[in-house]
Amino acid sequence: MEWEVVIGLEIHAQLACKSKIFSGSSTNFGIEQNTQASLIDLGYPGVLPVLNREAVVMAIKFGLAVNAQIAERSIFARKNYFYPDLPKGYQISQYELPIVFNGSLEIQDQNGSQKRIGITRAHLEEDAGKSIHDKFKQETAIDLNRAGTPLLEIVSEPEMSSPKEAIAYMQKIHQIVKYLKICDGNMQEGSFRCDANVSLRLKGTKKLGTRTEIKNLNSFKFVEKAIAYEVVRQKELLDEGKEIIQETRLYDSDLNETRTMRTKEEENDYRYFPDPDLLPLEIDPSMIEQIRSQLPELFEAKVLRYVNDYGIKENDAIEIANTIELACYFEEVASVFNGNNQLVASWLLTELLSVLNKEGVSIDEFSVSPKSFAKLLQRITDGTISGKIAKDVFASMVHEKKEVDFIIQSKGLEQISDMSEIEAIIVEVLQAFPNQLQEYLEGKEKILSFFVGQVMQRTKGRANPTLVNEILKEKIKK
Amino acid sequence: MLRSRDISSHEILDMYMQRISDHDTSLNCYITLNKDAALKKSIQADRLIESGDPLPLTGIPYAGKDIFCTQGVKTTCGSKMLENFIPPYDATVISNLNNQGAILMGKTNMDEFAMGSSNETSYFGPVHNPWDLARSPGGSSGGSAVAVAAGLAPIALGTDTGGSIRQPAAFTGITGLKPSYGRCSRYGMIAFASSLDQAGILALTAEDTAILLESLAGFDPLDSTSVETTVPKYSQSLNASIEGKVVGIPKEFFDEGLDAESEQLFFEAIKVYESLGVQFKDISLPHLSLSVPTYYVVAPAECSSNLARYDGIRYGYRHDETDDLDDFYLTNRQIGFGAEVKRRIITGTYVLSTGYYDAYYLKAQKVRQLISKDFKQAFQDIDAVMGPTTQTPAFKIGEKIDDPVTMYMNDIYTISANLAGLPAISHPCGFVQNLPFGLQIIAPHFAEAELLNLTHLFQQETDWHQKQPPDLNKV
Repeated sequence: MEWEVVIGLEIHAQLACKSKIFSGSSTNFGIEQNTQASLIDLGYPGVLPVLNREAVVMAIKFGLAVNAQIAERSIFARKNYFYPDLPKGYQISQYELPIVFNGSLEIQDQNGSQKRIGITRAHLEEDAGKSIHDKFKQETAIDLNRAGTPLLEIVSEPEMSSPKEAIAYMQKIHQIVKYLKICDGNMQEGSFRCDANVSLRLKGTKKLGTRTEIKNLNSFKFVEKAIAYEVVRQKELLDEGKEIIQETRLYDSDLNETRTMRTKEEENDYRYFPDPDLLPLEIDPSMIEQIRSQLPELFEAKVLRYVNDYGIKENDAIEIANTIELACYFEEVASVFNGNNQLVASWLLTELLSVLNKEGVSIDEFSVSPKSFAKLLQRITDGTISGKIAKDVFASMVHEKKEVDFIIQSKGLEQISDMSEIEAIIVEVLQAFPNQLQEYLEGKEKILSFFVGQVMQRTKGRANPTLVNEILKEKIKK
Repeated sequence: MLRSRDISSHEILDMYMQRISDHDTSLNCYITLNKDAALKKSIQADRLIESGDPLPLTGIPYAGKDIFCTQGVKTTCGSKMLENFIPPYDATVISNLNNQGAILMGKTNMDEFAMGSSNETSYFGPVHNPWDLARSPGGSSGGSAVAVAAGLAPIALGTDTGGSIRQPAAFTGITGLKPSYGRCSRYGMIAFASSLDQAGILALTAEDTAILLESLAGFDPLDSTSVETTVPKYSQSLNASIEGKVVGIPKEFFDEGLDAESEQLFFEAIKVYESLGVQFKDISLPHLSLSVPTYYVVAPAECSSNLARYDGIRYGYRHDETDDLDDFYLTNRQIGFGAEVKRRIITGTYVLSTGYYDAYYLKAQKVRQLISKDFKQAFQDIDAVMGPTTQTPAFKIGEKIDDPVTMYMNDIYTISANLAGLPAISHPCGFVQNLPFGLQIIAPHFAEAELLNLTHLFQQETDWHQKQPPDLNKV
């Protein structure tokens, strides 16, 4: 039997608000436990939530970026369940009327063609605290710093049909929230995480199969692996004629497998009802328009601009614009660089990325400023150094934290473009290798690069390669 | 008297503290006294009065229902769960009064988490009615009502979710005001049913109530449901003429549950209003009979969620030895909560459950809308609604506690104002078998001034509000 995979994702994006969604406490990460929880976050008797408007604006930005509808009236609801890191015994979320609904975005499917994925809804909610099970023997510690942190839960339609598509969708959402600066996208810290709903159905049928939900996946790799594992597991069961049990599963990245966390019967009855402490959230259409007018340039527009205004290759434009930090760096370099921007793009995507990889730093933490980087490329275009030497200079910039011109001067790396100087060296080389010269004259033209190499060796790579080639050919002819 | 310095704040406080020590053993209206702090404040107050620059409430002592969080002063909510809970902050209404110079004397007894109509569900024992110690003062603000009625406080704060200020005011012969929903901040007031709870005042007169309300009320950025409207000078409109006012008397208030003597008393009181030029009109509020069942779906639903935070983890009762997490929750809540609280949590959990939500919670919300609409319609032709506050005067302690449904019916006349969010007042209008009886007035949203104006003029013509319980030395 041939099965079709159906995947839907619920992504939790932690909103980059300065304070929590219903209290004034800060949302900093990595602060000493329980120092960032106010009486409201602690669920003290008598306290009340007050909605953080910044979170609302961020949710609207997201909605507009995915062409969704923004609800003029949405409702906060209480999701009731007991857990030690849930101080009030309920989570304030949105249930029946979310702030954002009916959106979509486009991804590339396996065949490289565009595929539209629907976004059912995105709603605002508060995060719970953290239970720490491994710090004390036999006891669980609770850190409520995270309690009340604003989240946007983004729910897709079940429209992805492979782990690759799921990743493409998730990366797209990741890109959007980062472009909008509404989430730092840090998956290690849990600022961007995802639950995956996976089911299989007979190819060609419409009715969805029984699904399982894999909770709390916090890397693209895990999402892909967990879904892939789950697809195989379900396929095996179905092929044996067995039924899938609707349940929540956990992904174990060490063993690369998913395990039952709780079955449907063990699920809480959350007893959702409108939170009487919060009025319905009413959003004026003029506010939506104002936010729309202030939306930053998004990915597609950026790629187009890079191709049209900067004149770089489309593939390079896409690759640069994929990561907003890289795009910002690129634009800063290009703004001070005087020359062909394709050089900037190429250097960024090869030399700079490989250094970042090697050093294991993100571009935000990179020690070479866009200005210095532009200066380096400027020295190539103005003929001061060759592209090859520039790579060495770049390495020195990274390691010695010195400026371009200082490195070139102190190491004597300026390109030799003095004709007579190059001529003298060429004569020297031709005299030193008469046999090779003979071979060349007998038609073995490849030998030319040997002579170029010898000249470069003698000049420590500083000779202007174009001039070397020209003069070499001339001299040999004579 | 304070301003003219006939008596000092310090002396007033001493007098009340003396009366408390003389009578509270038999009345049981205070859970915690704030004696030392209050004494210090009264001395400061006297200095301020002497300096000639006092605030509106400087030196005036008040009692607060033990549902309001008071910084550094134990706040139990009448429950074992919070027996030792000391809040690190003041409720907004408490700081509103304190900021105007008022002095918190102590925290008053109440039904556990404000769930009850007799003060018998308090973990700290029942409060006794000063008019007959065998009788209940009503609830849940029974401690505040008795403190004022028996002269153990000049004025007190209460809360009213279904009648918890008005019914005890009626049973103890004092004036009790439940303001409009949103008039006073709920921040720091321990939640029972958030969409119904409202802080209010128990006092001897409408005049005292008006003065205190001016400081108590107002928008609070910490409470999203508080309303941003200006607070009128209630004390300045007390003597406005009420001639030509039209008051509706809903026929639904006069059912078989109302005893004949009480009914007669009510209609005699009406005559006083008629003599002041008020016109009366028979009206109908057709959905009123549904208010009790509606309330007993909405209030438990909200309470089941509001009380989920009492798990013994961060504060409150925690049992020492439990087996696992489930047992921890179960034991803490089993021991920490009393029977009535548990009954309502279970009811509320049930009505919100999958499969029952539509039939109960959603339906109750719809009925609630209908009740609101009834009032809205009625207020197109009338200025206020009047009726008896309760069906009977105070009942005996132990008489109804084992029959929750009969107990719930106690609030049949008061609940509709909470469901519709309307302001309502109860003032004494006579005696039935030597027990005080109350008249209730309900007004449109934010028309507290109307209620106080009507009550004040009534109190100028009558002396029911000046009657004092027997066997207590006069104030």
